[in-house]
Amino acid sequence: MTEPLTAIVGPEAAPGPQVQLLDPQGRRHDHPLYGPLAAGLTTDQLRTMYRDMVLTRAFDTAATALQRQGELGLWPPCQGQEGAQVGSAHALRPRDFVFPSYREHGVAQVRGLDLRELLPVFRGTRHGGWDPRTHNFHIYTFVIGAHTLHAVGYAMGVQRDGDVGTGDPARDRAVVAYFGDGATSQGDTNEALVFAASTNAPVVFFCQNNQWAISVPSTTQSRVPLASRGGGFGMPSVRVDGNDVLACYAVATEALERARSGGGPTFIEAVTYRMGAHTTSDDPTRYRDRAEEDLWRTRDPITRLRAHLEAEGLADEAFVAGVDDDAAALVAEVRAFARGLEPPPHSAMFDHVYTAAHPLIDAERAEQAAFEASFAEADQ
Amino acid sequence: MPLARAINAGLRRAMEHDEKVMLMGEDIGPLGGVFRVTADLHKDFGPARVVDTPLAESGIIGTAIGLAMAGYRPVCEIQFDGFVFPGFDQITSQLAKLTYRSNGYLSLPVVIRMPFGGGIGAVEHHSESPEALFAHTAGLRIVTPATAADGYAMIQQAIAAPDPVIFLEPKSRYWDKGEVDLTAAVDLDERAVTTGLHAARTVRPGEDVTVVGYGPTVKTVLTAAEVAAGEGTSVEVIDLRSVSPLDVDAVAASVARTGRLVVVHEAPVFFGPGAELAARISERCFYLLQAPVLRVGGFHTPYPAAVHEEEYLPGLDRVLDAVDRSLAY
Ligand SMILES: Cc1ncc(C[n+]2csc(CCOP(=O)(O)OP(=O)(O)O)c2C)c(N)n1
Repeated sequence: MTEPLTAIVGPEAAPGPQVQLLDPQGRRHDHPLYGPLAAGLTTDQLRTMYRDMVLTRAFDTAATALQRQGELGLWPPCQGQEGAQVGSAHALRPRDFVFPSYREHGVAQVRGLDLRELLPVFRGTRHGGWDPRTHNFHIYTFVIGAHTLHAVGYAMGVQRDGDVGTGDPARDRAVVAYFGDGATSQGDTNEALVFAASTNAPVVFFCQNNQWAISVPSTTQSRVPLASRGGGFGMPSVRVDGNDVLACYAVATEALERARSGGGPTFIEAVTYRMGAHTTSDDPTRYRDRAEEDLWRTRDPITRLRAHLEAEGLADEAFVAGVDDDAAALVAEVRAFARGLEPPPHSAMFDHVYTAAHPLIDAERAEQAAFEASFAEADQ
Repeated sequence: MPLARAINAGLRRAMEHDEKVMLMGEDIGPLGGVFRVTADLHKDFGPARVVDTPLAESGIIGTAIGLAMAGYRPVCEIQFDGFVFPGFDQITSQLAKLTYRSNGYLSLPVVIRMPFGGGIGAVEHHSESPEALFAHTAGLRIVTPATAADGYAMIQQAIAAPDPVIFLEPKSRYWDKGEVDLTAAVDLDERAVTTGLHAARTVRPGEDVTVVGYGPTVKTVLTAAEVAAGEGTSVEVIDLRSVSPLDVDAVAASVARTGRLVVVHEAPVFFGPGAELAARISERCFYLLQAPVLRVGGFHTPYPAAVHEEEYLPGLDRVLDAVDRSLAY
């Protein structure tokens, strides 16, 4: 823990002592521990972070619109959280493994998942679909907190494989679980913290405190700043400005390195804000006021990095326009892809219930096919 | 050798066979589990492979899922049937569904062992039969050995299976002895674990009525068959061995000969495995049945205090009574 923590009095008051390297105006600040970790970021890396955030937002906005147009059943927007997601994900190495919840589109982008892969889940054509091992990015989990345990178990496996603390950067690995402030109330999340602490598992708990669990403020989940929860489980805990992509990169870098080197788990609370609705079925005007949203708009992670890049002469108009073009192209692809998604045959629902043969599945698949065929015959 | 020892030997064999097999649970290390099913394994395989976990069932199953994703084959022990419920969400919403949810990219070879059933005079939450709750969930395989030989072989097959297996150990039969050939290799190829593991077995041939049991009730049913034989009734006894999948073929073939079926389990009758079997047999054998399928099992009460368990459990008399009622049609 780097700074003393004070109690939060309300969701609006959430920003308290927290690690910050880039303020809302885009000015760089130093920090004795975390400053140096971001100091080495190259212009290329900074620009990639910017690009990842812009592409994520464009994709997210497009997906929200697709839902409104009836192309998707539901969409959980991540607008506002791009800094926390992209910053932390840039600290990952390819062999690290990510357990996301359902809003980590920015992490997916950084991991290299084709963002279109996320759409079938929300269009209702399948539950997951990508192979978690391709980008070491697990499928989305909708039961709040459940995957924090999967992350710890996976980390225990990494530990058993001897892939921690060897000093070989090509071998040492870490695992990250992303979850929200609401998830900290779940038994599973608390059990995950217990298991991680007691096994010293190489895992980072990355809590995006976006202030709201649907309509419930984070103060209902906890009377103390969430970051102070980790300490009770015996692990280092850090509170970071979640809308500061550089600070998120730095604290995640430090935590991941601790995990990979055998130093055990870390709890990170990224203080951020969900700008949009919880999902497209939600109406945030019923539980929070406009002034709060407006306040957070002034802390936008993308504007902030862009201001910094421009002030430092690291991004000119051509670069910014180029990123915008890429975003427009992505949106066009996403829209075309969503419209073209064909529903799978009904027989697909019997696929992959089990890995190996199962007589009941075979019988019911045949039964369903025969029933469907009977309609086709009747039509003739 | 007693059933508990046979399962222990099977676990040992599986751990020797595949170094990715690991055990996790509460008190399974130096203590060897409250029923000593994991006795000596901690000493011989070390704490990384026989893990004494924190006291947290959801934690045990949830981390086992992650370990399985990382290439391990976790075998979880739930200390007692009644304590599986804090882990129920991880079992039914996560473990059972991850293969499906991932479109087949993930296979979760996790075994969840738990002592189940009553008859040992325990306090509450120590005598339950939750198999129907799991059987209703697609993605799980649910098996239970009734003999030491099956305990030894089936645990190895369950561990070798590529799908999650709920492995129910009839706790009242832990100390019952049976022949086990520890030198014979157990067939672990995929066919054996998906078909052999789930095949019902006729343990006593008969002609007048088929009586099906599994786990703890197999012994009761065999005793009933013995008594019935003395009264001139020939009972065919089938040990189901697997609740999901259910070997309906084996039962139907028997019913085709006897024309009568009684299903016996400790789980409550209402919405229980017997109801499923009765429905399927009625569909398959409607014109062959000479009596309705009868069920003998637990009542629709919480598992009662130990003073009542003899009345609650399907004992010898209730089984014989059902046989008589079936024959009376
Ligand atoms: C176990 C469980 N209970 C309830 C829900 C319904 N639900 C979906 S999202 C959500 C709020 C989660 O809030 P938080 O953990 O802060 O994450 P966020 O959505 O803000 O990223 C709830 C209650 C659920 N998915 N899982």
